[in-house]
Amino acid sequence: MTAIDASSTVNSDSSQTKSSGDILGSIAVWITTTEHKRIGRLFMRGGFFWLLGVVGSGVALGIERIDSNSSLFPTNSIVQLFSFFRTGLAIGVLAPLLIGVSIAIVPLKIGAQSISFARMALFGFYSWLIGSAVVIIAIIGNGGPSGGDPQMVDAYLLGVGLILIGLLFAAISVGTTVICARRPGLALSDMSVFSWSVFVGSVGLVLTLPIHLGSVIYLAVDHHYGRLAFGGNYGIDKWLGDAFSQPQTFIYLIPVLGVLAEIASPNESMRDVARMGGFIGVGVLSTAVLGAVTRTPHLFEWSGSFSDKITSAIPYAMFNLLPILGVLIVLAVSLLAIKSESAQMSASLVPALLGVGMIFTGMVGYAIQMIAPANLGGTVFEEGVFVYVGYGAVLVVIGAISHWSSELRGRLLPSEAVIGLGVAGFAATVLASLPYLIVGFADQPANSTSDFQYEGPQALWSICVTVGHVLMALVIIGFSALILKPQSSQARSSS
Amino acid sequence: MSSMAISPPRVAPKNQVLLGTAFAASAVFMLMFGMLSIWLRFRDASPLRKSSDGVKMIHDWLPADIEIPGVATNTILITLVMACVIAQWGVYAARRADAAHAYLALGIVVVLGIAAINAQVAVYVQMGIGIGDGAYQTMFYAITGTMTALLISGVAFSLVALFRALGGRLRDHQVVSAHALYWYAITAAFVSMWFVVYVQK
Repeated sequence: MTAIDASSTVNSDSSQTKSSGDILGSIAVWITTTEHKRIGRLFMRGGFFWLLGVVGSGVALGIERIDSNSSLFPTNSIVQLFSFFRTGLAIGVLAPLLIGVSIAIVPLKIGAQSISFARMALFGFYSWLIGSAVVIIAIIGNGGPSGGDPQMVDAYLLGVGLILIGLLFAAISVGTTVICARRPGLALSDMSVFSWSVFVGSVGLVLTLPIHLGSVIYLAVDHHYGRLAFGGNYGIDKWLGDAFSQPQTFIYLIPVLGVLAEIASPNESMRDVARMGGFIGVGVLSTAVLGAVTRTPHLFEWSGSFSDKITSAIPYAMFNLLPILGVLIVLAVSLLAIKSESAQMSASLVPALLGVGMIFTGMVGYAIQMIAPANLGGTVFEEGVFVYVGYGAVLVVIGAISHWSSELRGRLLPSEAVIGLGVAGFAATVLASLPYLIVGFADQPANSTSDFQYEGPQALWSICVTVGHVLMALVIIGFSALILKPQSSQARSSS
Repeated sequence: MSSMAISPPRVAPKNQVLLGTAFAASAVFMLMFGMLSIWLRFRDASPLRKSSDGVKMIHDWLPADIEIPGVATNTILITLVMACVIAQWGVYAARRADAAHAYLALGIVVVLGIAAINAQVAVYVQMGIGIGDGAYQTMFYAITGTMTALLISGVAFSLVALFRALGGRLRDHQVVSAHALYWYAITAAFVSMWFVVYVQK
C-alpha cells in the first residue's frame, strides 16, 4: 500500500513558490508553516542573528578592556553589554540553534512524517522571537540586569519569560516526536544517538526551564511592585544568572554529543560500540540536570579534616565531573571510530569534533572554577569558560548543518570551505576564551572593564580576545554566505 | 502526477496528546516546585519570633497581622480533588462511548475549575493585602497568581476537551485521558503549594 504525500511537495519546496513571483505568498507560507524543516530553520536563522549581535558585544568589550584606564562606553552601557553577551549567548544562540537543528533533523532520523504539535513548535518560535526582540530593546534601553530604567527592566524580565516559554514549547514538541512519531518497528534502543540525545536534551529542558521561569515570575512581580524581596534590578543576576551560565548551558548542549556521534559514522565493526558509547555518554552528561535543578554551586573545599574533604569532594564530583565524563566518552568513541582504517571522513567532522573539544575544555575549566582554593569565582575565568562552551556549541551546529545540508537545503556544501571554517572557528574560540582563563588566575574581575592592573601583558590578552571575536564574526558571515551562495546560483540558472 | 512523491503510508503518532500533556505536567511540577523552593529559602532566612500563643518559636515570615483564611483555601483543595475524580469519570465514560456522562463529567470539571478560581479570588479578598506591602505579600501574590494561571489553563483544557466531545470526537478518548492527567498535575501542584503556603505558612 502506498500513499500520495502531496503535502511534502507543496510545503517543502520553497523555490516553486518563489519562481511564481509570489513573494507575499512565500512569506505567508514561512510564517504559518507547520513543516519541521522550516520551523527548525527559523530557529537557526534567529540564533545566527543573535550570534552576530553577541559577537559584536564581545568585540566591544574586548576593545574596552585593552586599556583599563580609559573607557569608550559609559558605565551603564558596559554593564548592559555584559548582560547582552551572557543572555544572548545562552538563550539567544545556544538553545535555539540546537533546538532548531533538532526540530529540522529528528523527524527525518526516526522516520516521522512531521513533528508532533507542529503549531506549538511554531508558537514556541514566535514566543522566542518576540521575547528576543523585547530583551534586545530592553537591554539597549538600559534595562538588563542592574539596569537603570525600571520600565525597561520589567520589559527585560517579560522578554526572558517569553523566551523560556518558547524554548519550553519547542522542547515538548520535539521530545514528544521522538517518543510518539517513530516509524513502526523502530525501538528506542535502535534509534540514532542523535535522536536519543535530542530526547534526553528535551527532557532536561522540560525539567529545568520552568524553574528559571518561576524565578522570572518572582523577579517580575517583585520588581514591578515595590522591589522588597529580590533586590530589584541588582537581584536579577543573583536569582536568574544561573539560567545563562553553567551548568544550565550543559543542558542546552546535550544534542551536540548526538551530532558528533552521528557525523563520526563508524564502520560496521565499530558501530555497536559507538552507539553504546554515545547512548551512555549522553546519559551521563544529562546528570548536569541535577546541578541545574539544585541551583547551588557545589564547590570543592580543600579544608578541614580528611572526612570534610571527602564530604565536599563527593557532591563536587557528582555535579561537576560526571557531566565531563559523558563528553569524554563520546569524544573517545568518536576518535576511535575515526582512527579505524575503513572509516569515512566527512568535512563536517572538523567543526563538530573541534567544537565538542572546545566544550570539553570549557567543562574542565568549569570544574577547575569550582575548586574553592583556586579562587576563580567572580573572575574573567568564568567568562572564558562560558565562551568556550558557547562558541564550541556554535562550531558543532556548523558541523551539523554541513552534515545534513542535503536534507535541509537539498545541496551539499563544499568540503574545503567547511573544513576551513571549522579550523577558523576553532582558532576564534581559543583566542576569545583562553586569555581569560589565563588572566582569571591573576584575579581580573568578571563583568568589569576597569579597576584592574596586572603586571603581565594585559593589553595583549584583551587584543587576542577581540581578535577571537572578530574572527568568529567572520566565520559566521562566511558560513552564512556559504549556505546562501549555492541557492542564489541555482536560482539564477533556473530563471 | 509526476510531481507527487510516493511515500510510505502515513502512520498516526501514538499517544501524542497524552505524552505531550505528560511533558506539560512535568513542567507544571517543576515550575511550582522551583517557586516553592525559593519561598522556603526566604522563609528559612527570616528571623525567629514567638508564636501568638507564646508557646513556640516560629519564623517571622508571615506578618503577624495577616491571617490566611483556612476555610477558603481548604475549599480549593477539596474542589480540585473532586475535579480529579470527575475528570477520571470522564475518561471512564469516554472509554465506554457513554457520551451523556462524558459531557456531564467534562462540564462539571469546567464548573469546578471556575469554582476553584473563584475561591482563590475570595482568599485574596478576605486577606485584604496589597501586592507591594512587603516581601511576603509580593511573593504570596506571585506564587498564588501562578497557581491561578495554571487553574485557568486547566479550565481552558477542559473546555477544549468538552467541545471536542460535543463535536463527536469522543471515541478519540486520548484527549479526555490527557485532560484528566493535566488536572492531576495541577492538583498535585496545588497540594504542594497549599501545604507550604497555607498550612505551614
